[in-house]
Amino acid sequence: MSQRHLLALFNNFEDAEAAIYELRAANIKGFNFDDLTLKSPIEHHEVENILGQRSAKVQWFTLAGALMGGLLGFFLISGAQANFYAQMKGGKPIVPLPPNFVLTFEMFVLGGVFISVLGFLICAGLPAKRSPLYSAKVSEDQIGILVKADESAMAKIKGVLLNHEVSEIQEEAGK
Amino acid sequence: MKDIREDIAWAKINKDVLGSLENPRKLYWVILFCAFAVFGVGIGCEVYQYQTGMGVANLNNPHVWGLYISTFIFWIGMSHSGTLLSAILHLMHADWRKPIYRFAEAMTTFSLMTAGLFVMVHIGRLWQFYYSLPYPDERGIWPNFQSPLLWDALAIFTYLSSSILFLYVGMIPDLAICRDHLHEGWRKKLYTLLSLGWEGTDRQWRNFRVTYLTIACFLIPLAVSVHSIVAADFAMSQQPGWHVTSFPPYFVAGALYSGCSGIITLFIILRYVFKFEEYMTKSILKKIVRLTFAISMVWTYLNAVEFASVWYSHDQASKDILIQKATGTYAPFWWGMIFCGSIVPLTLAFKRTQTSIPVLFAVSLLLNLGMWLERWMIIAPTFSHGYYPWAWDHDQWPSLIQWGMVFGSFGWFTILFMVFCKVFPSVSMYEVKEMVYHRSLHLKKSETAEQGAP
Repeated sequence: MSQRHLLALFNNFEDAEAAIYELRAANIKGFNFDDLTLKSPIEHHEVENILGQRSAKVQWFTLAGALMGGLLGFFLISGAQANFYAQMKGGKPIVPLPPNFVLTFEMFVLGGVFISVLGFLICAGLPAKRSPLYSAKVSEDQIGILVKADESAMAKIKGVLLNHEVSEIQEEAGK
Repeated sequence: MKDIREDIAWAKINKDVLGSLENPRKLYWVILFCAFAVFGVGIGCEVYQYQTGMGVANLNNPHVWGLYISTFIFWIGMSHSGTLLSAILHLMHADWRKPIYRFAEAMTTFSLMTAGLFVMVHIGRLWQFYYSLPYPDERGIWPNFQSPLLWDALAIFTYLSSSILFLYVGMIPDLAICRDHLHEGWRKKLYTLLSLGWEGTDRQWRNFRVTYLTIACFLIPLAVSVHSIVAADFAMSQQPGWHVTSFPPYFVAGALYSGCSGIITLFIILRYVFKFEEYMTKSILKKIVRLTFAISMVWTYLNAVEFASVWYSHDQASKDILIQKATGTYAPFWWGMIFCGSIVPLTLAFKRTQTSIPVLFAVSLLLNLGMWLERWMIIAPTFSHGYYPWAWDHDQWPSLIQWGMVFGSFGWFTILFMVFCKVFPSVSMYEVKEMVYHRSLHLKKSETAEQGAP
């Protein structure tokens, strides 16, 4: 069955949350709750109580980036210092740890920040094409609920949304 | 006095901030014109120095750094408060930072870019600026990784690139607003490109929140490390007046101090020029002023610690430098530093001055003058009264070329900053909406609780 998209706009989070809650409880055939996306002008993490915990994995990128950066920094510096045939150390430690810690720390941060941003782009799906339905009002003051469902489920979904003071509904055929 | 009105409509926030991108007050153009003029002076001086040689700057042994490195440290210091305060206040959930953090972060980025210029300028041979970067020579020998000057290069690069990313990531939702609400043209194309297709989905916000928090966590120790490393440039040498244990915290406090004063100055300018009176409120200004006052007292304390430890250290050379600073050629500037850095901020302790815009504008400029003098007074007296007696009669006054380039750097910074504020939203729209939303919820809750109370 062909899938369609529907975007409902609300004036506030309370109505949008109530609509999402009812959609989840309604258990409509042809509609998977995970295909529901909330679009909002501000971050509203309270919605996770209804949407369920959808995890963010950026921190794993951060950990990997920071460790890679730190290790790369330390081994690059130590490798260069260990070239003691070229650079006479006069009895001083070949790889002095206290000063090397400074650059290792800087590289740790550099790797952590850069890879975190990369992780953010991957996890958030950016850069992204415009989704099938988008309203500029979402970046102003409206809360949007984007739903992807079978055509047969659309009427019921619309009915649920209309119960909650939806200010506007946009519909479009999905791909 | 409220930080912000809770009943500002979200659409109005968009309208006001987007309006600032198109219709600033006329003073904006006056400032930009003056900045170009001052920058032109700096360019002229650099061209003359480039053509003629470093002699025209009156830089010679023992004064090999002069105003160039003093001003380099000043701009590095200026960069500190923006990102550092933004990150600390973000972690502390201090929501009053929301209307002001964007321009403060921009200040960080442009200060670092200005500081970088002085590294090149003081070399003289501009085309050899890459000498300051760590790379192996033709025999495969790397530079000395134990040198704080090399740490400096990497630390500043890390801080600059991380600050740019912090600024950019935090701006993505606002760039999407600009994309959606501005007319067709080059701006719209730019915002479309930079906003990366942001639509404010729950997935995007969720990852955004974690990323922003993570970068903030990295930036706090990074900012502290950067100025500690700048302090190490001096403290790890054996020069009298520089070989001081308390230099790293002293430099960090000084950097925070000058950065906070810079934020006050720019706050007042932006508030008027971009008609942000409703967002950059006096209540928020008061909070920054109180913070600045607290930091000024920390800076004063660390100065006292330094003077006392030198005085009672039995290190005669360091003691001579201190006496020289207070009574010698540089005495007017050294006392000027003490006056501007420790006496002037006492005015900020009074409630009446904490919200008086003209007084705060003047005071913030004086504080930054004091902080610039501080950097000069770290460098010049040690060069002119170090261990070598031959240096003692070399009080080389910086030439007009040096002064011209110092003034030029202010023009360069102002151009970058003002152009940024005209092209990108200098008040974070989505964060101000969050601030208004959460405060209105809190207000509703407390009203309901009051009504429900017996």
